[in-house]
Amino acid sequence: MILKVKDLHQTFNQGTINEVQALRGVSFELAESEFVTVIGSNGAGKSTFFNAIAGAFTPTRGSITIDGQDVTTWPEHRRAQFLGRVFQNPLQGTAASMTIGENLTLAMVRNKRLGLGRTLGARRRRQLREYLEPIGLGLENRLDDRVALLSGGQRQAMTLVMASFSDPKLLLLDEHTSALDPETARQIIEMTDSIVGERQLATLMITHNMQQALDHGTRTMMLHKGQIVLDIGEADRQGMTVAGLVAKFAENRNEELTDDALLLGG
Amino acid sequence: MADPITLAESSGVEPSQTRAPESGVSDSGVPTPPASKTARAATRYATAIVLFGALFLAMGGVGSIGVWISALAVGLTLSSAAIGVYLTFRVLDFPDLTVEGSFALGGAVTGLMMTNGYSPFATLPAAFTASALAGLLTGVIATRLKIHSLLASIIVTTGLFSINLRILGRSNLPLLSEGSFLSPFQEGFKGFIRGALGDDQVRYANNLLAIIMVGCFVVVIKLLVDWFMASELGTAMRASGDSPQMMRALGRNTNSYIIFGVGLANGLTGLAGSLASQFQGFSDVNQGLGLIIGGLAAVVIGETIFRPRTLPQATAAVVGGMLIYRLAVAAALTINFGGFRFDAADVKFVTAALLLITLASSRVSRLGGQ
Repeated sequence: MILKVKDLHQTFNQGTINEVQALRGVSFELAESEFVTVIGSNGAGKSTFFNAIAGAFTPTRGSITIDGQDVTTWPEHRRAQFLGRVFQNPLQGTAASMTIGENLTLAMVRNKRLGLGRTLGARRRRQLREYLEPIGLGLENRLDDRVALLSGGQRQAMTLVMASFSDPKLLLLDEHTSALDPETARQIIEMTDSIVGERQLATLMITHNMQQALDHGTRTMMLHKGQIVLDIGEADRQGMTVAGLVAKFAENRNEELTDDALLLGG
Repeated sequence: MADPITLAESSGVEPSQTRAPESGVSDSGVPTPPASKTARAATRYATAIVLFGALFLAMGGVGSIGVWISALAVGLTLSSAAIGVYLTFRVLDFPDLTVEGSFALGGAVTGLMMTNGYSPFATLPAAFTASALAGLLTGVIATRLKIHSLLASIIVTTGLFSINLRILGRSNLPLLSEGSFLSPFQEGFKGFIRGALGDDQVRYANNLLAIIMVGCFVVVIKLLVDWFMASELGTAMRASGDSPQMMRALGRNTNSYIIFGVGLANGLTGLAGSLASQFQGFSDVNQGLGLIIGGLAAVVIGETIFRPRTLPQATAAVVGGMLIYRLAVAAALTINFGGFRFDAADVKFVTAALLLITLASSRVSRLGGQ
């Protein structure tokens, strides 16, 4: 198993009037090269679940194991050695005032010690070109352009390239297309499928779109009020429709799904 | 891969692709044809020159060019502090007031060492180290204890005041009899000026020598900073200021880089403090007062006039900004409006007005340009 999450609880603002139980006992396992899509309405705990895995906070209770290592108390930057991440906000995954080459270099040297060597010396440029050319984005020709010149879609594409640079154990995609227009979102999803497929990366992808969740990946998981309410494996997903998913939710939970954004695929 | 997100031949941008309102494309992302860019730069420089010309005229009957030479010399001694302010405010996104204390600390260490017989040149590495430590302390307080950088730096600066007083043993320590970095070359240079320009010009010799020596020093510091910033470590430091979330996701502890960067910025400020003490011939516990506003003025003026696009351009622009700022203050002090004159006590008012005018003009030209 690449990822093992055991009985994860997270309570924010404990003991105050603003107390929120964001996660209430989530247990989850992810095998190598599994691609799980994660859905759930606003406030279901999707992002909290991701942030707990990424290490933005230490959970109130429970444990997280990545690639056999118990990382429950590790800080974010230490866990990053296992993780590739793409964020909802295109601005978070890249450094805008710096050049494309500088950004990509920081991804390229991610698990190495840094020194006073040139960031963009001749050898590094050659390495970057060799790596980038097959990807077909044309980034290799724009190493000295500032990232601020790129559109949101281009930045997400670049973040995806950076996240998958040294084959992370686990790729975390947090609604990485939701800030993009539909056409660009489609392209980024396509690119995601091809990168994940080619490299056989274990992947968790949050999406707000149920159809997208069913169309991509190998397994779909649904969070609701801080708990996993549906976990549909490859066999059961075959031929399942959004209506079928909604029905299954109603059957399991004895309540109706009422989030319009989720139903309409916002 | 699908076409439209391919970057190869797209010369410009498609800002409309993002729906995120805070899309960082902003003004820099709007493609401008090169011709109009050059024209706009030319207009900017022309405006600056005209403004300075007007100031020159307004001064009417300035007795000597000495004012300008001295302003340039002072500007150069403060330039490495301006680079430090640029690093914290712009590169690290860590507004830091420690520089007011670490400038005085650099001066105090210099005063202590020189009165104990150390060479003026030996004081520079010591001033750098002492001030860098003060910066590291601010960095640690801000990142580890999660105290806002402004508050953390006020705390450290407040403490530094007493420490500086202890080091100096009094509030003002004269150093004129101890010499300065100019001393080994002073007599030779005076002789050279006397021979080249005549007896009359010898009174400018000290300032001219300072301009040459400190000018070379500032160039070396600037090149070293540029060199560091283009290294892997420097790149990681800049990225920690620009996009901390990205850096954490790439496995870097952004706090360490911020702490290191604030230390570096204050070390540079300490160098300026040491040079300033030697140049003016005393160390004063209050000599850092107003340095922040001066450093910010240098940054804002440099950025507004030179519009740097790369880091080496930016460090050069900041040095240029500091020189222009000192020249402008000198100009303001020589203005004579029918009997009204600014005096030394008005320097802060002049600085504040200058900073406001520069900020306002860059804001107006940006609005006009869009």
